Amino acid sequence: MAKKKIENATPVVDVLENLEQTLAETASVVNNTESTPMDEMATEMVSEPALTTVSLGDAEALGKGVMKERNIERVKKVQKVVKICVKILTYVFLVAIAISVLFPFYWMIISSLKSWSEYQQNPPTFFPHEILWSNYAQAFDTANLGTLFVNTVFVGIVSTILSLIITVLAAFAFARLEFRGKNALFAGLLATMMIPGELFTITNYGTVTQYLKWGGTYTALIVPFLVSVFYVYLLRQNFKQIPDELYYAAKVDGTSDLKYLWKVMIPLALPTIISITILKMMGSWNSYIWPRLVANDDAHKLITNGLRGATFYVYDANGTPLTDQVNYPVQMAAVAMVSFPLFLVFIFLRKYIMKGVSRSGLKG
Amino acid sequence: MKVVLQELTKIFPSRNKKGQEVVAVNKFDFEIPDGKLIGLLGPSGCGKSTTLYMICGLQKPSSGKIFFGEDDVTELSPENRGVGLVFQNYALYPHMTVKQNILFPLQNFKGADKLTKSEMLERAYHVAKLVQIDELMERKPSELSGGQQQRVAIARALVKMPRVLLLDEPLSNLDARLRLQTREEIKRIQRETGITTVFVTHDQEEAMSISDMIVVMKLGIVQQIGKPQDVYDDPINLFVAKFLGTPPINVFEGKVKKGKLIIGKDTVLNITGVEDQDVYIGIRPEGFIYDEEGPMHCALRNLEVMGRDVSIVSTNEASVNPIIRSIVDADNKINTASETVSFSLKPHKVFIFNKETEERLRFEVVAEENSKATKSTKATPAKKSTAAKSTKKSTAATTAKKSASKTAAAPKKTTKKATSKE
Amino acid sequence: MVDSKKQWKAWLYLSPVIILTLVFTVYPIVNTLMMAFSNDYILAIGSRQGLFYKGFGIDNFKMVLGYQGFMTGLKNTLLLTVITVPISTFLALLIAVCLNSIKAFNRLLQTIYFLPYVTNTIAIGLVFSTMFSMVGVGLTTENPIITTSGIINNVIELFGGKAINWVNEGSSWSANMFVMVVYIVWNALPFKILILLGGLQSVNKQYYDAAKVDGTSRTRTFFRITVPMLSPMLAYVVITGFIGGFKEYSSIVGVFGDKMGPADNWYQMDTMVGFINRNIMDSNAHEGKASAAALILFAIIFAVTMLNMYVSKKKVHY
Repeated sequence: MAKKKIENATPVVDVLENLEQTLAETASVVNNTESTPMDEMATEMVSEPALTTVSLGDAEALGKGVMKERNIERVKKVQKVVKICVKILTYVFLVAIAISVLFPFYWMIISSLKSWSEYQQNPPTFFPHEILWSNYAQAFDTANLGTLFVNTVFVGIVSTILSLIITVLAAFAFARLEFRGKNALFAGLLATMMIPGELFTITNYGTVTQYLKWGGTYTALIVPFLVSVFYVYLLRQNFKQIPDELYYAAKVDGTSDLKYLWKVMIPLALPTIISITILKMMGSWNSYIWPRLVANDDAHKLITNGLRGATFYVYDANGTPLTDQVNYPVQMAAVAMVSFPLFLVFIFLRKYIMKGVSRSGLKG
Repeated sequence: MKVVLQELTKIFPSRNKKGQEVVAVNKFDFEIPDGKLIGLLGPSGCGKSTTLYMICGLQKPSSGKIFFGEDDVTELSPENRGVGLVFQNYALYPHMTVKQNILFPLQNFKGADKLTKSEMLERAYHVAKLVQIDELMERKPSELSGGQQQRVAIARALVKMPRVLLLDEPLSNLDARLRLQTREEIKRIQRETGITTVFVTHDQEEAMSISDMIVVMKLGIVQQIGKPQDVYDDPINLFVAKFLGTPPINVFEGKVKKGKLIIGKDTVLNITGVEDQDVYIGIRPEGFIYDEEGPMHCALRNLEVMGRDVSIVSTNEASVNPIIRSIVDADNKINTASETVSFSLKPHKVFIFNKETEERLRFEVVAEENSKATKSTKATPAKKSTAAKSTKKSTAATTAKKSASKTAAAPKKTTKKATSKE
Repeated sequence: MVDSKKQWKAWLYLSPVIILTLVFTVYPIVNTLMMAFSNDYILAIGSRQGLFYKGFGIDNFKMVLGYQGFMTGLKNTLLLTVITVPISTFLALLIAVCLNSIKAFNRLLQTIYFLPYVTNTIAIGLVFSTMFSMVGVGLTTENPIITTSGIINNVIELFGGKAINWVNEGSSWSANMFVMVVYIVWNALPFKILILLGGLQSVNKQYYDAAKVDGTSRTRTFFRITVPMLSPMLAYVVITGFIGGFKEYSSIVGVFGDKMGPADNWYQMDTMVGFINRNIMDSNAHEGKASAAALILFAIIFAVTMLNMYVSKKKVHY
């Protein structure tokens, strides 16, 4: 596919593997110059009748590929130089990538603290001369972030809780209970995962606004996305790993299904449930298309939609907004405020997020 | 090509910061002669695999040196050493066919060493024939049996004509029948190629049966190096004596008192050369002679008939093992009605060890006219074993051995360690 | 094991899932098909009248495929996918291999690389837009007055280049495209790195030892051992990458706003999902066209996924 590209990149690839080796070896070799004569023993042993040796090829070929009387010192030197180069290149590459990854965040934060005039300076400043916290206040007011935060958190919490209940119950039924048509139903649900969500959106928009008359309500934001087949699947797999014996033992003790679910299965599957919770919350925080469609009014707007829709004006000396200019520092302040909660969650729940993501692979 | 290990030491840093360092291999001195098959033998955790990995270069020694021939390869990385390594679980690339696996090392050659496609194929098929897998070349490793995979792994290691072939527990993943067959195979391949070969095993029978020399290790320290028979016949300490031999050696607590070797109440031998002390006495199963008038008495349990031989199972209060197993010729008419059984001993199958250090104490038998045993046997038969606690020691032992082998019939020189009796 | 009480219970537990799926998943599939294949299903939002179509036909598909707008979206979508998936996959593979080979700072770097994943696509799109944006007056005129040309242009100028109008009024399609490729790759890396690194860590180290003893070069080890061993994970990230790529939408809205293009050239960066969404919510919405476009999108995704799976079945070992 990208053969050309790959070949061009080989020098970089070439440097990779050696690094592992370099680090694995501690280069503390004590030189022991005193060599002890051991020849006698060897002579004695070699003096036995020699075995007939069958060569694997002609003498020439035999020498190929094995180390002949090469200059060991040179080989050693080359080896060492290569190792160090590989190590340096690897780190240079990794650090360069890390900088490119971090730079937008850095630029977001320092821009958000600059004044409009400082932002326009050429060359740009890499740290604001004067830290302008007022950008944040202005962003908060302009974009009506307070309402957006409240709306989003409310929708996020309610939909996560409801979604968890539905998911847990369904996963339990699929993992633990026996009923006719179970496999067909499960397969049918999984099959819907293949269809892109956009295909549903068209009809759902009509359903929600025309038939259910939920337009401009929280309900419209919450209900259509309560079922995530993937989370049901994930949790069912997790529940399945819990041995049957525990269930039978609980049954013998007269424990009800729900109690067993609550006392045994949920605690055992807690890491998965936490991962689902975080991913679901993050999904609410980042959702755009659907909220934009069904709740674009100021009272019910969610954060992403509100942020994208807000205009941050630059004001002239008289306080009149200049409509052709975006006030980037204020906009960046708004973006930073939207991003911080996500970073906080990431810092504290990194393990669960990464675990959840590596299994789900679906953003939001 | 010979391989020389000089004071080879590997120290692993402790896992947790407070813990102690682990000395995996401690001052390993050895010269592996050209074209020989060497078995590194010891219980798990004795450092034998670490030694192997140091020879091949995957692990770097903490101190000490490794020479291939005259070349100091200590700091060379594996690819520059020209070694072939067969992994315990073979590490065959699952996505390549047998042929591709065998060709893989050849395709790595660069510059002057580079082979043409036909040369590669020729060599791959040659090696495949040698290990008898030439009919499986198009298969994937997952389609092969354990024994076949093992051969492919050997072929892959051999195809580049390594200077040294290293095998890590080559037989441990095979079932008992295959193991027997494969070990013969390894011996044959090694003989035919003449490549210096080192293999690691925890199975003493395996090591003894195919090695030209064995190295017995314990907790990172080399205990003894020598030809399998020599090490068996002349163990340097209790550990080596116990580790070699099936059935294992019978160990008793006993003492030496005024020239008498005493087990329980029985004086089993009259000896000189050992001061009065408490000792461990090891007697090989074949060291017992069924003798109703013999000096050693045990409580008879049962007999196990093995055809040519009979194994007499008995007990003795002084025995360290729960039972004593003695193997005698089936011609003996053993009185199974009796509750006790008496033995006289073959002195050269009897070893005495210091109770504290567990080092071997060498003794001479004082001949007694009425003793059957001493009429026909000599006390110390071992002539060719090398103690390798230190280089000096081994040199001394080698000197002794050399002189011994030159005047094989009547060794005259005595060293501190080895004593001969006429 | 199957007793009636449990049957009843199971259906009870499953009822929320079943009801919601029927209403919001199964019905939409049927309805979308109906709308797409109805000839006379032109119902603007607010005047929707019934469920049933008035005649089978493929007019909607003809119309959709005849639209310049749809073709722009299709072209942009295909190009973005075909460009970003290989780049991000290869970069992620390289990063994962490097990361797997080092010990110092491993965890820190891993965390940094994952950061873009936990962001709001729209919000960070605004940041990228800012980084590429010029500030000034009369950008489309002969002599624009530019007060600052944006940090990216500053860097270009530092190396002696000329400032480029990336995203502002008057910016070219190719400049827009470049910005989107950068942003989409930046956004796609974390997930791919995570998956590939996980895969690398599960590869038996002995294969590498064996290769090392045989004197295998790093390049060869990479292509003959690492890549085949990682093939299941590579197939996975490529397939999910393609699916995500064909649904590209919010990253473009993030950078360009919901008009999906520079101010003077709306919908220059339109995508298939963009086209669909516009036909749901705009004043001249046409659900029949949206449905037809959604079915085309589904068909493409399905075909590419099948193709990917077919190829990987051949190439992916085990």
